[in-house]
Amino acid sequence: MYFVIAGGGEVGFHLAKALLEAGHEIMLIESDRRRATFIQEQLGSVVLNAPADEGRYQLEAGCQRADAVIAVTGEDPANLVICQLAKWKCRVPRVIARVNDPKNEIVFKTLGIDETISSTRVLMNVIEQELPSAGGGFLPLMPLTGSHLELIEAEIGPNTPGAGKSIGSLGLPRGTAIGGIVRRGSVLHADEDVRLEVGDRLVILAPTKDESEVRKALAG
Amino acid sequence: MKIVIVGCGRVGAFLAGLLDAGGHDVTIVDLERAAFRHLPSDFRGTTLLGNGTDLEVLRQAGIDKADALLTLTQGDNRNLMSAQVAKEIFGVKHVIAKVNDPIRANTYREHGIGTFSRTTILGTLLEAMLMSDPEVGKTLMERARAHEARLAEQV
Repeated sequence: MYFVIAGGGEVGFHLAKALLEAGHEIMLIESDRRRATFIQEQLGSVVLNAPADEGRYQLEAGCQRADAVIAVTGEDPANLVICQLAKWKCRVPRVIARVNDPKNEIVFKTLGIDETISSTRVLMNVIEQELPSAGGGFLPLMPLTGSHLELIEAEIGPNTPGAGKSIGSLGLPRGTAIGGIVRRGSVLHADEDVRLEVGDRLVILAPTKDESEVRKALAG
Repeated sequence: MKIVIVGCGRVGAFLAGLLDAGGHDVTIVDLERAAFRHLPSDFRGTTLLGNGTDLEVLRQAGIDKADALLTLTQGDNRNLMSAQVAKEIFGVKHVIAKVNDPIRANTYREHGIGTFSRTTILGTLLEAMLMSDPEVGKTLMERARAHEARLAEQV
């Protein structure tokens, strides 16, 4: 496959290297001349020294035949514009944006960029996965592409607002669905009158924008 | 009208002064406190320190009740992002972003974001002045000179 990477910082450089090693064809666009030269010395002639947020350089990089454009500069506004131009001008079928401020994930989705990667959020997920389960857990697992929804796993801890409450009285935001409850190894239907017990694990489908509300209702 | 301006450089501050003097409710946002020194001393509007692409900052600026947003920072991409947030998330009717790259200005205009490019506006005007084409920019130059005269008097 052919990938165009915008931004040759640490993320862009290592992503380019990994994709090349996996046998893909890539072009990396980097505006800083010295950084571009460095990457060229490391990876070969796969670097275009130009600003990635200008349409003509996207064309020069071959975006019109790219399978995906991945914008990983350190600036959220640049990543947004790079992805929008790639979609509109080069008709790239798949665009992926790095967001540095996790709040911008929702902003980018609203503005038509469905796939976002937030390093802050990835780290949060890793950290929360490692937390002892005594305090309960709340783990956004993955976004569902193109739907503004995400899949969340939540574990009911002893001192969490969800413990002891019935599903119907949790006050979850509208549009949120509990897919099931895992209790002592078996699956329960999440009926309105089921009371949550400490140790229950819930699989939830919720609008991305309501994630913090769902978190509040279950994990506090 | 309630108007939010992002970017308090020379243009942003000048415009904020004009609109404020015209009786409008103006809030101007900038990342740097020092930028607000560009504002006229009799400015009665609100200044807000913060990043104009940030949802919370825009909310604090009262974007949900604003009739218009103008983004005038030095970064084309920042201007485009703030403008899109204002239009698509907060439903602001009049949104104008300064985009100096003429091609980006054109692309986003096609996608419903009001843009203007200093590059093309100034270039077109200067060409007309050189070629003594009196019609182009006549009103514009008259008004701009009147503003300049007024500002000079105040000093």
